[in-house]
Amino acid sequence: MAATDAPATPEELKQRIEAGIPGATADVTGDGHHFNAVVSAPAFHGLSRIAQHRLVYDVFGAEVGDRIHALSIQTKAKAAERENSA
Amino acid sequence: MSDDQTTQIREAIQSAISENPVILFMKGSPDQPMCGFSARTVAILQHVGTPFAAVNILPDPRIRQELSALSNWPTIPQLFIDGEFVGGCDIVTEMYESGELQRALGVEDGGADQPAPEPAAQEPAPLTIENRL
Repeated sequence: MAATDAPATPEELKQRIEAGIPGATADVTGDGHHFNAVVSAPAFHGLSRIAQHRLVYDVFGAEVGDRIHALSIQTKAKAAERENSA
Repeated sequence: MSDDQTTQIREAIQSAISENPVILFMKGSPDQPMCGFSARTVAILQHVGTPFAAVNILPDPRIRQELSALSNWPTIPQLFIDGEFVGGCDIVTEMYESGELQRALGVEDGGADQPAPEPAAQEPAPLTIENRL
């Protein structure tokens, strides 16, 4: 879904993170400006914390700091459940 | 002309990072942080007791622009130790709580497993007005 000028919602952020990072699960809370996202994804496995957070920030690009005023992130690597698929 | 200034800003950021073993780019100053995330990061560094340099990114939007281009990181604050980008408020908080931050700073005072200190109980910064105009 394309970004709009409508206020961001936790649900929107959750959906975009889960769509943008394969296999990710996200819990997002927030008030429309400040958000907190707890994200786990197999893609985080073996990455530094910085690299994990960058994957999440990359979902939103220049919206972070602008439309999404602030985004706190906690990441957890989770085991890939279906390594053989796709 | 303004390209020259942008280049100057970029070079100033690069030398600040290479010349200061611990440097925090933040909104406001350590004495007067202008954002809760910057305040929290300052509180952690002060609690660990390491001297650090601080740069206020608010006076010129190009500081943040050039900093973020350099670090590939969209948010403020940003902490660098020994020339290396370490992270923002979330990562610094996690590293503090696990003791990694103290190790990275060469401060082994058993701060592990402590909850991160809250910013000093001073008047919370008034509304943060972003440079978005």
